[in-house]
This record gives sequence, structure tokens and C-alpha cells, in this order.
Amino acid sequence: MASPNTYRGGPDERGRFGAFGGRYVAETLMPLVLELERAYAAAKADPAFAAELGYYLKHYVGRPSPLFLAERLTRRWGGAKIYLKREDLNHTGAHKINNTMGQILLARRMGKRRIIAETGAGQHGVATATVCALFDMPCTVYMGATDIERQKPNVLRMKLLGAEVRPVHSGTATLKDALNDALRDWVANVEDTFYIIGTVAGPHPYPAMVRDFQCVIGEEVRAQLREAEGRLPDTLVACIGGGSNAIGLFHPFLDDPEVRLVGVEAAGLGIETGKHAASLTGGAPGVLHGNKTYLLQTADGQIVDAHSISAGLDYPGIGPEHAWLYEQKRVEYVAVTDRAALDAFQLCTRLEGIIPALESAHALAHAAALAPGLPNDHLLVVNLSGRGDKDVDSVAKALGMAL
Amino acid sequence: MSGRIERRFAELKAAGRAGLVTYLTCGDPDAASFARLLAELPAGGADLIEIGMPFSDPMADGPSIQAAGLRALKAGMTLKETLAIVRRFRAGDTATPIVLMGYYNPIFIYGAARFLDDAKAAGVDGLIVVDLPPEHDEELCLPALAAGIDFIRLATPTTDDRRLPTVLKHTAGFIYYVSVAGVTGTKSADAAGIAAAVARLKRQSRLPVAVGFGIRTPEQAAAVARIADAAVVGSALVDEVAAHLDAAGAATPDMVTAVLGRVRALAAGVRAARPVPA
Repeated sequence: MASPNTYRGGPDERGRFGAFGGRYVAETLMPLVLELERAYAAAKADPAFAAELGYYLKHYVGRPSPLFLAERLTRRWGGAKIYLKREDLNHTGAHKINNTMGQILLARRMGKRRIIAETGAGQHGVATATVCALFDMPCTVYMGATDIERQKPNVLRMKLLGAEVRPVHSGTATLKDALNDALRDWVANVEDTFYIIGTVAGPHPYPAMVRDFQCVIGEEVRAQLREAEGRLPDTLVACIGGGSNAIGLFHPFLDDPEVRLVGVEAAGLGIETGKHAASLTGGAPGVLHGNKTYLLQTADGQIVDAHSISAGLDYPGIGPEHAWLYEQKRVEYVAVTDRAALDAFQLCTRLEGIIPALESAHALAHAAALAPGLPNDHLLVVNLSGRGDKDVDSVAKALGMAL
Repeated sequence: MSGRIERRFAELKAAGRAGLVTYLTCGDPDAASFARLLAELPAGGADLIEIGMPFSDPMADGPSIQAAGLRALKAGMTLKETLAIVRRFRAGDTATPIVLMGYYNPIFIYGAARFLDDAKAAGVDGLIVVDLPPEHDEELCLPALAAGIDFIRLATPTTDDRRLPTVLKHTAGFIYYVSVAGVTGTKSADAAGIAAAVARLKRQSRLPVAVGFGIRTPEQAAAVARIADAAVVGSALVDEVAAHLDAAGAATPDMVTAVLGRVRALAAGVRAARPVPA
């Protein structure tokens, strides 16, 4: 396949990135996703919407987030110059709120009165419950019963913020089932409900819309690095579950061929064990949750559960634009094990005084592998997509530390 | 076209009554019990038979059908085996239309062209693929029609007049009107609302209209039979299967009889709903 003139033109009018994406939803939802597409297109073209979003991102989320030169990691790894994009410093501690803020402002424009969301680790649920508190909207968050057990502090946060957390017992009681139940809720409450999806997946326009709201990450990096170094970065590294922080960082650089882009999936206990969450490295194309993309599945097309020490990467699919960029070979996709992520988690904490989310630790682990082989003037940016306070229990357990 | 669906609706019209469409999930709770039940459905009063193709993530289904799919998958049901079960049924019954209902991913993985070949050869008459709206017609709907398999579309309360022509464009066999905005087996719609919706569909299409979602009792089935061409009952039958499982999840000896009892009662409701013209 010839490479396109631009990698930033997608999706097409049918919501497709090459063969991926689309709108694979039940008929009940079709009029809703078509309405959402029209409403989002109108908002996107309206300077007042951009101004409103910009206001809240600055004064409520705390943007722009810093781009920090990590001198001790740079020295330790002895190669590339390491910069950390500090999405962990956003309100609620991760990149997720960039998207929930955008979507709730759109929901208000559309006159919707009720918000639903799915969550795995609870980060997107917290970010959704937060904006719902801010704008006084009732909020229902679907969360797998298994995840509720694993992520109690975030469950408590959501409840304190006024959200109803609905445990999902269907299927395997994890993130994919929470998404199924959120879609079922939407089908049953089509009149007044807006579904805030947490990643660049789902039926069109979600993958494009969530990407657009996350692109603020890459746009800031571009400006910040121009100021600090007077040029573009050489390599960008980001972790991928559904892939929203990665696409937000990468997308503004897709048409700069000199910038190397690396997405890091979760290899869990190792791809060969089958206990992983690496949809591109270890999956195959299929259709789930409204879009065609790479999925973890059996030879008979049944979806299988993902595994990762990081609950935020624990999803058996990936955003369709990543599937396309993978096949186009514009972005490299690699996978990092639980073990390597834990090592990077500890190293970043000790050397930089920054406790990264276990998700982000996957990106750091790959940076650790890349950096030593690169020259000292090579600019490598790692997206520190979230803070790791939520992970200290899991880490303590994995390391056998007594609390 | 295999013509079985068209023929069956013509027979029903001639008989002056509506039809009963039964839904059960293939391989629930195991392949052998399901095949026994399937073979008895026509005699029990099923005019058309929908067979669910189990999927791990059935996002348009409520708890009953979700659980049925998981039971079937746990017992080893596959798409290939589903087609084999239809083939064996067809050896003993050449008249009752069989419609496979499910989600796209297992078909996509099987390979759409190969699936249509094998489905046609097995004696499948129609397909309902919940997550393939008209926007994706080129993937399965158009090839299915070309292969002589009806592609049956769902119309819903959210399908407004502007969208309806898009939905009806390549629909064949019959129109499946989903009477409530929701998942299977949860809410029920009122008869007046259904009648208005059926009338709306009839103004835009000559195809028969079957109504489903939320029909559980012979009385509800009869009410629908007065205003539509067929009533679809799924979750209530699946629940009957679930109520006849032992502690290990295996079918109890009376499972087939019990489900057939429900089918007979529903069929009686449907058949009594309209007087047969003399």
C-alpha cells in the first residue's frame, strides 16, 4: 500500500481509518451516533466551544502540563535526553480529564441531562464523576465487579463525587463487560443520556473525537520543546491500552517523518503465556464495541480477557486509528512485561521523585531499553500519562512489600 | 432466496393468522440437548425458528440471553458446530425457516464468504446480525442477498422516518421490529404503540413485520399477533432452559418437555388471536 499524503486526515466520512473503525452498533444506537457526529462537527467548528474548553482546561484541569527534563534518568540510561510530559499533574492525576471535559461540554451543548461511563481501573470513572460534579449532572459509572474489588480507592472517590458506581457481573466482570453494560444502558435510555467513552474506541465519532480532545498533549509538547530545544523531538514513547494518551501525543507529529513514534502495549506475563493485553502484538482484527480493530480473541471469534498488572491497560482491544497506523507502519508498537514496568516504576520514583502510574511505567520501561543506544543530543519524550498513587497497593503486593 | 421465509409467511396469511418465532441460543446448555429441542420446535408450534450464535460480548442482549451464550460457549459451542446442527435439523425438516441471529465478530473471523457458503449449504434461510447496520451493508448483507440468504434488519423505536428507508433498503424476508428501546428480555411495550409502529413500517414496506423484545406470555404474544405478522419470543424460552438445569449446569431430564410446553402455550395464544376465516 502506498503511504498517504497525510496520516492526519482520518477518519473518512464513514468513520474509517483504512479498514478499521466504522460504526458496528445496534440499530437502536445508530440515530444517536449520527446525532453525536453532527453535534460534534458543529462544536468543532464553533470557536466558542474551543474557547470554553480552553478556559476549563487552563483554570480547572491546570493545563498546560509541564514538559520536564529528567536529568537523573537521562544520566542513568546514558544516551538520549529524556523529557517527561507531566500529564500526571492534571487535576485527577491523569490525561483522562482532557477527554471527559471535552465530552461533558458537548453533552451540555446537546441538552443531555444524564451521563454514563465505563471504567476499568477507575481513572476514567473518576475523571467523569469529577466533571459531572462540576456541572451538576447525574452520573452512572459501570465497573466490573472484579475491578471494583481491585480498585477500591477510586470507587470511593467516584461515590464521594456523587456518582453511582454500578457493579457489572456479566461476562468476565472486567472493563470490556463494563463497556457492554454502558452500551446496554445507552440503548435503554436513548432520550436523555450521553455516553462518555474513556478511550479512542467505540463507534465513530468516538475514536476521532476522543483523539481530538487528547491532541492537546502533543500540541503542547511541540510548543514546549521548540521553546526548550528549538526543534522537534526525535522519539515519542507512550503506553497503550485503548490508546488515548498515545494518540494524543502522536497525532500532531504523524506528518513529521523524522519523529519516531513508539506505542507500548502491556505484555503482562509475556506474550507467549497468553496472559497479556497486547492487541496488536498478540491479537487479530475483529469487531467489538462498535469498531473494527485488533482484538484479543479465540480462533472462533470469542473475545478473551486481557491481563496486565496495570488495570488501565487491561483491555482486549485498541483504538482503530492505532490499528491503521500499525498496518501503515507509521508508528512502531512494542510490548513490555509487568516485570519491566515494575522496574521502571521504581526507578522513576527513586531517581526523579515522581511516582508514575503503572500504565505510564510501561512507556518508561521501553524508554529505558531505547535510550542507552541513542546519542546524547537525541530528544526522547515519554508521556507520563498518570500518577501512580493509585497503584501503590498493587506494587507493594507485586514486590512482596509489607505495608 | 431459499424462499422458505416468504413461503411460510404466505402460508400464515392464507391461514389467516400470525406466526410464532422462537429464539433459543445454539448449544444451550449443550449441543445434544439443544438439537433435541430444536427438532421438536416445529411440532410444538414454532412457525419460524431463530437460533442464536453465541458470542462472548452480546451488547444488545439482556442478562438471560447473555447467560445462555456463556453456557453454550462453556460447553464448547462454535459457529461451525452451529451450522452443523442446522444441517442435521434440515435433514428432517425442509419447511421451517431457520434464521441465525448474533453478532458480527464470529462471522468475520470465520470469513464472511465461507460462512455464507456453509450457511446456505446447511439450510439457513435468514440472518440477523445485530451490530451490522446498513452503513456496513457491503460486508455481509449484500453478499448474503447474493447468496440467497435473507438479511433481516431490526427497526427500532429510534428509527425515525428519515432513517427508515435506509434500514429497509436491503432488508429481506421480514422486518424485525424491536418494540422497546432497550436490550432483550427487560421491558415490554404497550399494544397501541406497537400497532402504530407496525402501521408505519407497513406504509414503507411490503415485507411481513415480526415484533419482538419483551414478549413473555401467551397473552402478550396474542396481543402482538393481532397487530403484526409474527411475534418473537426469546428470553422467556431461554429462561425456561435456565430453570431446568441441575447444580452442575446440565439439562435436567424434563428440560426439553418444559421448554416445549412454553412454546405450545405461546403458539396457542398466537393461533387463538385471530379467527381463522372459514
